Amino acid sequence: MNNSMIIGQYVPAESVIHKMDPRSKIAIIFFFVLIVFFANSVMSYGLLTVFGVTAAASSKVPLRFIMKGLTPVWFLIIFTFLLHLIVTKEGDVLYNLLGWKIYEEGVVQGAAISLRFFLLILVTSLLTLTTTPIEITDAIEELLGPLKKIRFPVHELALMMSISLRFIPTLMQETEKISKAQASRGVDFRTGSFKDRLKAIVPLLVPLFVSAFKRAEELAMAMEARGYRGGEGRTKLRELKVGKVDFMIYALFLLVVIGLFLTRS
Amino acid sequence: MDITFDQVSYVYQPGSPFEHRALQDISFSIQSGSFVAIIGHTGSGKSTLLQHLNGLMQPTSGRVSVGPYDMEAGKKNKRLRELREKVGVVFQYPEHQLFEETVSKDIAFGPENFGVEEQEIQTRITEAVRATGLSEELLERSPFDLSGGQMRRVAISGVLAMNPEVLVLDEPTAGLDPSGQREIMDMFHNLHKEKQLTTVLVTHSMEDALKYADHIIILNNGEMYREGTPLEIFKQKEALEAVQLDVPEVIEFLAKVEEKMNIRLPYEGQSVAELAKDLARMVKGGRDLE
Ligand SMILES: Nc1ncnc2c1ncn2[C@@H]1O[C@H](COP(=O)(O)OP(=O)(O)OP(=O)(O)O)[C@@H](O)[C@H]1O
Ligand SMILES: [Mg+2]
Repeated sequence: MNNSMIIGQYVPAESVIHKMDPRSKIAIIFFFVLIVFFANSVMSYGLLTVFGVTAAASSKVPLRFIMKGLTPVWFLIIFTFLLHLIVTKEGDVLYNLLGWKIYEEGVVQGAAISLRFFLLILVTSLLTLTTTPIEITDAIEELLGPLKKIRFPVHELALMMSISLRFIPTLMQETEKISKAQASRGVDFRTGSFKDRLKAIVPLLVPLFVSAFKRAEELAMAMEARGYRGGEGRTKLRELKVGKVDFMIYALFLLVVIGLFLTRS
Repeated sequence: MDITFDQVSYVYQPGSPFEHRALQDISFSIQSGSFVAIIGHTGSGKSTLLQHLNGLMQPTSGRVSVGPYDMEAGKKNKRLRELREKVGVVFQYPEHQLFEETVSKDIAFGPENFGVEEQEIQTRITEAVRATGLSEELLERSPFDLSGGQMRRVAISGVLAMNPEVLVLDEPTAGLDPSGQREIMDMFHNLHKEKQLTTVLVTHSMEDALKYADHIIILNNGEMYREGTPLEIFKQKEALEAVQLDVPEVIEFLAKVEEKMNIRLPYEGQSVAELAKDLARMVKGGRDLE
């Protein structure tokens, strides 16, 4: 079975965004998150929205998956909007609802902040939707590379991340297998009181930990047997490469940044 | 209990890019008391099919019935608990499900969940341990201190202690030593006859399918490929080879002998050695062999 399939939210597709170097993606998202806070006019917000939505559309990730990533934050977005409606008392009164006044500034600010939220979440979730976790780890190792100078264990950190990522699907499969085996022996994970359900977790967790520890030991042994001794002088199987696509997107992003500062009021 | 599959299909992760149709329009029925082997290449959907037998999976379309219990696409079965008490499943590598402090507690886990009385549980533990060939001295040990083979026997005992009417076995002897494999399979076979169980066995061993089953179902790519008695199935060498399955050694030997020497030798569960003796006797007896 293909292991990348159950990890996180990654949705494979052939798109410009998928082809980008993960480091470029992280860098652009980082700067996007920064400049979102500079937008302050309708035009500048419009520009960023166009950028975000175009990026999402060109990723070829089905809308369904993007929306799924946004579900946990819809509440936050709507809550922020309402909060601004209620709290802000500047500008003209737009509407008087049974003595409850809604001010123009409230609507404007509420909309602006919610839009900011939306854009931030949209763009950052594009990263996890279009990049495999392993690529993200590689990119983080590279981007944090300079920290090696101050003896920060960048390689070890990245190794830990990639091992954990590698074993997420295995653990998930294992969890499913064991919970099925215990369900066949009469454990009910779904109904019963809170206490009952808590008790039902023990027959699941014990075998999981046992196998996780066994795996860790085997992996450590296998790595040593194959001569692993830290990151010093190691070369990579997957070389990250910044290509034409990346430069085109840098250029596009630069235009957006310039445009943003021109359209700010 | 009679088991019926009626046009059963199962799709993993429907509606996602990883959608996978693991079973496609499967229909068959198994009579109560029979021993059925399900064979097929790796990934052909055997384990998926087995998990329909005690309601761990629900068909995406079609319907499964096991005795009085029905599982139909889109409908919730409210009697899953009863069903699971009656259908004991031994999964691939069942030793991974052990978790209790002692062997006896782990064996008692299933029956306890189904509300069997304490005294009855003790009897069942003794019986199950005897059947699987575990020494009673191990009962108070931690299951994690045992050898792989012993752990496997503990896990199997845990399923047997549920006193199931249907026994579902997913490669129960994979990874055991050859004599252990034979012991365990013989044990299942005896139990099957003694308690008149309905047994469904998934196996990669054509020898086991031939030796123990009275009916064989072949899956290929999630579809039903062939079904029939072991002799009917293993006669079709080409059809088997087309789906990467072999013919058991004995059958192949018999076929060769029949072809080369132009005689008929009925197969009655003999081993190759026994057949060779039969043959020698025939030759010495001066039957003309052309
Ligand atoms: N959780 C899952 N998600 C998606 N596809 C799955 C999942 N589990 C199994 N499959 C796929 O369904 C198909 C049937 O799997 P199944 O485990 O039933 O095969 P099997 O016949 O038991 O194989 P084996 O002999 O190797 O045990 C395989 O192609 C497998 O990749
Ligand atoms: Mg299987």
